[in-house]
Parts: sequence; C-alpha cells; structure tokens
Amino acid sequence: MLSRTADNLFWLARYVERAEYLARIIEASTRLANLPSAYAGTSNEWESAVATAGCAHLFYQAHDKATRETVIDFLAFSPDNPSSIRSCFEVARTNARSVRTALTVEMWDAINAAWLELSKYRASGLNQDEHLANFLSFVKETGLRFDGSAYRTMLRSDGYWFSRLGVMIERADNTARILDVKYHVLLPGAEQVGGSLDYFQWSAILRAVSALTAYHWVYKESLKPWLVADLLILNDQMPRSLAACYESIVRNLDSLSLSYGRQGPAQRAARATRTKLESARIDDIFQSGLHEFVSEFITENNRLGAAITQQYLT
Amino acid sequence: MRIRIAHETVYSYAVPAHAVIQTLRLTPRNYEGQHVATWRIDVDQDCRLDAHEDAFGNITHTFSCTGPVQTLTVRVDGLVETSDTAGVVRGAIERFPPGLYLRGTDLTTADGDIRAYAEARHHPADRLSTLHALLDDLVRDITFDKDPTHSATTAAEAFALKRGVCQDFAHIFIAAARHLGIPARYVGGYFLHDDGTVDQEAGHAWAEAHVEGLGWVGFDPANGLCPTEQHIRIACGLDYLNAAPIRGSRHGGEGEFLTVKVMVDQASRQVQVQ
Amino acid sequence: MAGDAPVFDEMNLADGAVRPAYETLARWLKTIPTDLLATRSREAEALFRRIGITFAVYGDSASTERLIPFDVIPRVLTNDEWVRLSKGLTQRVRAINAFLGDVYSKREILRAGLVPEDLVYQNPAFRPEMNQQAVPHGIYVMIAGIDIVRVDSETFYVLEDNARTPSGVSYMLENREVMIRLFPELFSQHRVAPVENYTDDLLATMKSVAPRSASSDPTCVLLTPGLFNAAYYEHTFLADKLGVELVEGRDLFVKADVVYMRTTGGPKRVDVIYRRLDDDFLDPLVFRPDSALGVPGLMSAYHAGNVTLANAVGTGVADDKAVYSYMPEIVKFYLGEEPILKNVPTWRCREPDELKYVLEHLPELVVKEVHGSGGYGMLIGPKAAAAEIELFRHKLAQDPSNFIAQPTLALSTCPTLVEEGVAPRHVDLRPFVLTGRDKVRIVPGGLTRVALKDGSLVVNSSQGGGTKDTWVLDS
Repeated sequence: MLSRTADNLFWLARYVERAEYLARIIEASTRLANLPSAYAGTSNEWESAVATAGCAHLFYQAHDKATRETVIDFLAFSPDNPSSIRSCFEVARTNARSVRTALTVEMWDAINAAWLELSKYRASGLNQDEHLANFLSFVKETGLRFDGSAYRTMLRSDGYWFSRLGVMIERADNTARILDVKYHVLLPGAEQVGGSLDYFQWSAILRAVSALTAYHWVYKESLKPWLVADLLILNDQMPRSLAACYESIVRNLDSLSLSYGRQGPAQRAARATRTKLESARIDDIFQSGLHEFVSEFITENNRLGAAITQQYLT
Repeated sequence: MRIRIAHETVYSYAVPAHAVIQTLRLTPRNYEGQHVATWRIDVDQDCRLDAHEDAFGNITHTFSCTGPVQTLTVRVDGLVETSDTAGVVRGAIERFPPGLYLRGTDLTTADGDIRAYAEARHHPADRLSTLHALLDDLVRDITFDKDPTHSATTAAEAFALKRGVCQDFAHIFIAAARHLGIPARYVGGYFLHDDGTVDQEAGHAWAEAHVEGLGWVGFDPANGLCPTEQHIRIACGLDYLNAAPIRGSRHGGEGEFLTVKVMVDQASRQVQVQ
Repeated sequence: MAGDAPVFDEMNLADGAVRPAYETLARWLKTIPTDLLATRSREAEALFRRIGITFAVYGDSASTERLIPFDVIPRVLTNDEWVRLSKGLTQRVRAINAFLGDVYSKREILRAGLVPEDLVYQNPAFRPEMNQQAVPHGIYVMIAGIDIVRVDSETFYVLEDNARTPSGVSYMLENREVMIRLFPELFSQHRVAPVENYTDDLLATMKSVAPRSASSDPTCVLLTPGLFNAAYYEHTFLADKLGVELVEGRDLFVKADVVYMRTTGGPKRVDVIYRRLDDDFLDPLVFRPDSALGVPGLMSAYHAGNVTLANAVGTGVADDKAVYSYMPEIVKFYLGEEPILKNVPTWRCREPDELKYVLEHLPELVVKEVHGSGGYGMLIGPKAAAAEIELFRHKLAQDPSNFIAQPTLALSTCPTLVEEGVAPRHVDLRPFVLTGRDKVRIVPGGLTRVALKDGSLVVNSSQGGGTKDTWVLDS
C-alpha cells in the first residue's frame, strides 16, 4: 500500500486512541477533585491531569492556573492544543478523508459522525456535570465504535496492521505516561501507605485506563500499589498494560514482515522491548526504580514509532 | 573565435537530501554562428543522465539521485568555435513557426508602463528599427544590478524597479516586442567579456526577435548590442523557465546553499576551476 | 431560437400529450403523492450525505462541503435517441483526438488555414512543451465529457466539449444506485440500460493505453490534488471502484525516467496515471516551479514514453470555446465526414462582421468568455439588466477575441420536483466518452444537470444546479 496511506491509518488510530484516553483522564480527575479533601488530599488534580496528558508546557502558555474550567477547556476543546479531543477528532477526520478508500464505510461513519456530533458540545456547557458526563461518554463511545469497526470490518492485511500498530503504540504511551506522573503515589511511603488519600489515587489511575474491575478479577484483593503497577506494566491479560500492547505490536509487525518478505529495525526494536517486559518482575522494577523504568520505556516506545515511520511510512 | 567554458554549480545541504532530481539545459547546439568542438557534463553523484530534445529543440538532461546527498556538483566543460553573424541566427533548429513566440507568459507580460515604453519606440513600417530603438534605450534606462531581482521576477516588476540582471533585461525586451506584435524569445547562454574578465557569477541571457527577410535576430539588451562571436547560445524558449540552465527539486535537504562559478575565456588562455 | 421560443418539454408535448418514452413514468407520477416524493427526496439526500458525496463551492467558505441537490424524477431517453447521440459523440471525440495529434506535430489544419494559428498558439491551454512529443498510442483524450443540450424532439446540440479532466461521473453512478434503492418499482416497470460498468470500462481503457515498456499487467493510479479539491470525493470514489491507488504528487517520484510510487513494500513502478490535476501543476521542473502538488520529472518520464497520462497534457486547446466554433470544420477535415452532432450556432467576436452583429443584438444573445468555465463570466442577454449589457459591450470592444456569442437556446425541460410540486425545469446532459487503444466505450446516458430555479438556464452545480438520473430505455 502507499506509504502515505499507511501513515494516515497509523495516525488516525493514534488520534482516536488519544482522544479516548483524554476523556478518561478528565473523568478520573473530575471524580478525584469532587472528593472532600479528607479523602483526596490537597494536591491539585487538574495540575496532574495536564501533566498526565503530556501538554503542561503548552497549557501554561495559555493559562496561569490549572482549574476545572481551564483544564477541561484545554484538554477537550482548545484549538491551540494540538492534542485536545477536538484537535484529535479533527486530525483523525482529515486523515480519514484523505484515505477514504483504505477505510471501511463503518470506520468512516464512526469518525465522520463523531466530527459532526462534536459541534454540539461547547466548553461552556460542560460546567454542568451532566453535560460533561454525556460528552465524555460520547468520546469514549467513539473510540469503541471506531476500534470495533476496524476490528470487525477491515481486511486482515497491511492496512489493518498499521492501524493496530497506531493504537498500540499510542496506548502504551498513554499508560506509561499516567504511571510516569503518578509513580510517587505507588511508591512505598512512610506515612500514607494504606491511607485513604492514596487509595483514591490508585483507583483513579485504574479508572483512567479502565482497569478497576479488571484489577479485582485478577488479584481478588483490595488495592495495593505494587499490584496496580504490576497490572499496568506486566500483566499481559490486561489490554492496556505495556506487556499486552507490546505483545500486539510484535504480532502486527511480524505480520507485516511476513507479508513484505523482509524485516528491519522496527521488528528488532519491538522484540527487544517485549522480551524485557516478559522477563521483568515487579519487585525488581520497584527495586531499581519505577520512575526510571517508565521513563526508559517511554523513550523506547517513541523510538519504535520513529523506526516504523522510517521503515514503512515515508 | 575559440571559447572555452567551465561552469560549475554546487549545492550543499545542511540536512542531507533524501532525493534530488534536476533537468539541465546546458548543452549548446550548432548553428551558423557556432560549432561545438567538445562538450561534457559531469554530475558527481551516482546517476544516469537521460537526454531528450525538448519542445523548443533544446537538449535536456534529466537525472535523479537518491540520498543521503550532502553536496551535489554539476560541472560543464566545453570548447566552442564561434563566428560573427551580426546577430542573425541561421541554421538553428526551429520547432515552431515564429507565431508561437507571440504567446504571453507570466514572466513576460507587458504592463501599462512597458506597453507605453514599447509604443513610444514603435516604427510600424520598420521592425528592425523598432527593435534597435528598444535595445539602445533599455541599456540606457535600466541599471544592471543583481540585488533587487531574482529568478521569478517578472518583466513588469523589473521594469518598475528600472533595475535587474540580464534575465530581466531580456524579459522586458521580449514583453515590449511581443506587445508590438513582434515574435520574440528568450535565449540562455554564455558571454565572453571584452575586458579580460574570466570569472563570472552566472551565465548570460538575451533575446531574439523575428524579422521578415532575416529570420531570428539576437538582441542583448543588457549589453546594448546584437550578439557577436562572444556569445555562446545554449537554449531558447518563451521565457527563462523554458531555457533555465537547471530546474530541480529535492526531497528533504533543508538549508540548501548554492554556489555557481562560470569561467568563459578564449581557448588560447588556460581556464581552470579550483 | 430566441428567448421567447416555445420550450420543448421532454415529457409533455405542447398539446398535452405525453411523449412515448415517458408514458410509464407519467402514469407513475400521477399515482404517487407529492409528499411521498418529497419524503423519498429527503431519504435520497440522507443517503448522499452518509456516503459523503460533497462538492466544494468556490467563494463559499462557510460550507466548503455542500451537497449537490438530487432530483428524484429521472430523465428518459429512448434507445433510438441514444444510438444517434453515441455515434455523434464517438465521431466528435475521434476528431478532437485527431486535432490534438495534429496541432502538436504537423499542424496541417493550421497550414490549411482552417483554424487561425493564433487561436492555437495564443491559447492558454495550448502547451508548447508538448510540441513534437509523442504520446503513448497517439491518444490524447481518453476521458471526455461532452455537454449536450436539446431544443426539440429531433435536435441535440453540443454545448461544450470537456477534454481536460471532466468531472461528475460519480454522480451519474451514485444517482443510479440511489434511484434503485428508493424506487425499485420503477425499475421493474422500465428496462433501463445499466451504467454501473463505467468504472470497469474506464480501467480497461486505462490499461489499453499503457506504454509499451509496461508489463502485461500495467499499474494504474489516480492522481489527485488532495482533499481540498472540489472533486476530491469523486477521486476517492473512482479510485475505490477502479481498485487503483489514489495518489498525491508526493506519493510518486521519478528515477531514470520511470515513475514510481512510495509503498510500504518499497518503490513500485507506475504505468498509467489518470490525473485529476491541471497541467500547470503536474511537474515543477517544466510547468509552475512553485507547484507542490505535482511530480518533479514526470514530464521527462512522459516524453521518454515510460508513463501514460490520461488525459494527455495540453488537451485543453481542443475544448476552448473559440476552437469549439471550428469543430464542424475539424470533423470534416480529419474524418472526411459530416458532423452528426451540431454545434450551437456561434458568432466569433474576433471576426469584425460577427462582432458587429453581436453588438447589435446583445439583449438576445448569450456571450461567453472564450476560456471561462463553470458558467462564470457569461452574459445572458434576455435576462440581463441594461447596465450588465453595457458592461459586456465595453468588454467586447476592449478584447473582442476573448468572447463568443450564441443565441439564447430554449433548453429542453424535464419534470422536476420543486417546492411547489412537480414542474418543468431546464436540463442538459454530459455523457462520458472513453477512448482506448482498442475501442471507444460510452455507457448509455450520462449526467443530467438541471437548473432548479424556475426559468433558469444555468445548470452548473457551482451555481445551484442539481442532477438527475438519466435513463436510456431499451426499445
């Protein structure tokens, strides 16, 4: 297929995934911010939302203070934020338009309908909780609909594999980023271990990657920070864990190399990261530094994205 | 007169280019006033030069090379025998009837000022006098200045500035002639200076106009004379874009830096590019 | 012929009788309630919106994606009418191809003095760069759209030839699909010749003109200027139906006079390019140096005979309105045949006698710019205010050769669903003629455009025209 088409499919999938993640961040932050400070602590949840979304630098160019209004506006609607939900949908639709022939009707419908629907929501209306909830579920449903359409209707050929690679690389990045920002609440601390403050932080992290129920099914325990980290990093049953993302990335890259009859740096890099995740144990990760581990992962994941671009998309 | 030419164009890129493609119009053809003794084009990258004859009868070479390209050098060396024909171009390859060269182009559109200038010098019954009047007056009224114009400057823009290089002089001349219903065309080539200057910063350009009975006649408005045995004729067309020595495009290669060295000398003397 | 001549309605004769081709449709129209038609019409619109058929309107920034109105009442032609039309179309396109081959090589028609030299050489659509350059198999126009108008039961005129990149064929195809979905009962009552094979015909045509150096299974692509182009939807639609890659200039590159596309599996050679990009933008090394939409080196590969461009470069010189007036002579000159399809009588304002007549009869005439298109830059005398007529009088005096004039034609009308119910509206027809190395292919019918405003003669979609499905009935 055309390199440009593959590039568009890859980024289209990434942007839809990112939009959904942003919706979850806003949702989790709203919950935390609404808790009495006795439960949630005095930290500014909106500051950490901006950090988790990876756009703190841009945000503070536009706003002095992270409040509910400024953050929701910036993450959801701001045209100045190239990664706002609005911008994500806009870029996704532009990408979709320019590769219409590579999309199924269902995928196009999902994107096009979302773009038309988006115009109904205004930042000002979202001060009311009900509107915000509707908006966030609309964004999450768009992600589900797009993903489901791709899964159910796309030919299993290179276009599908590039699209999956986009989803997985973005997803791995998002999960790693939330760990990167929140790692401190997962570390064993002197005073607050087991305290209610961290409990709600942990559940917020799990909510942001829609893994709260999964946690209970997997561990059958109350929330423990190292288990939260284990679930998000190493548990390959958990669809948003780094391990599950890389299992999928390696599989899709293998399909590409089989189909094209050759492999390159992207396949080698992905396998190396996957092997690392397979052989790691959560105790060791805590021992040698959760923060270092996650930062290194983010760098490797970005490098893989660049390798895929170099090898296939230009 | 035997004239030796060495013309070197060097492109260097701050970021190496992924791919470069160029079309060269750097090969002269014979006519009564010139005989090409030797001619050679070298490109210092791995590539094939594909030769074609374009619609105007010029010889073109197209090449493409894949990167990373850090620098690219196009070098021309040749020896040409010339003789004076009082500017009349006989025996050149003609692919169009003269009427084609009344066609306007973006670079040679006559605006109100050029039209008035042309009309003031119009001898309706005598095309040659008209053309000589334009030639004599343009060299007087336009100042040679390489700063204010560039390769995309139109005749009207240069005429408003009253400044420009040989390309601008030629475009203005062509615009004026065509406005008066005289077929005129652009010629690219080289010029051997009288004063012994050998090193030049660029090639040369002038115009040709069609005169009944004589055929195509050269006019070099930048020098205010008709081409002599010091002019080497390389390519012609409706304007600069049809006759440009190099038209190229690249993929990647940000921060392009271009150096051009042209040496035109009598063959008895030694010509060398360092 | 004058503005107040009786208008020929394709369904109802002046005496109230229904023309035979429309008998069944007329009966059906009597039985179906208007509000049901309106409901169907809304359903059709929803369908079009869903599949994403949109059309960008210039100078209308608020709605860069607008739907062309679709009229649910089909336009009907008999097989006899169609046979005559298609013979005439084939003849016309053969003549256009012969003319282009000639003006870019031997120029016999200019030497013979039949077409004035300056009309070709001064024509902006003439491409000097194509002079003496062979094109694969000598075919210039593989895809032509010929605009036809009808003035009475016998007479079809060619209004305009489109030899560059005629658009609209996706509407022809989608209109039929939507009609079959909305009105299955009509298709069981009529035997309508199918049009769905158009894209197969187009692909066969493209493959037939592949360069000799191509493999036996040539690679074809569709080159688009990109998604901001007004006809982008059509480009995606056609690429999809053809099963070829929809490429932009940056997807292609030229190496050693061969065109390749960048694919995820490495470079792949391209043999035939159905290009929907104007000449000016094709190759920055030959045409506009600032074009970022084209492929540097494309013309060099083209001249080397390693790629086919459909249509060829420089075909616009044949569809120019001034050259149009010479088409009857062109047909006779190259084919030695009488033209089957007539031209609309045309006055060439470049000729003093004709200019004099035009200036004396401005209020009755339609005056068109020679190089204009899309219904812009046009004077419709009978509908124009005095000031507008004076403006054109001035323009004509300034630059007469830039204009032609034609009588105000009483274009035929067809029943059309409008707000007040079913009413006659003026229509034209654009059939698409495909010319391959092996043969000429035309699917029966074409795109019918309809002027939705009462009395309006302007059918262009850029000025509020709509479209209809066009039926050729089996006899």
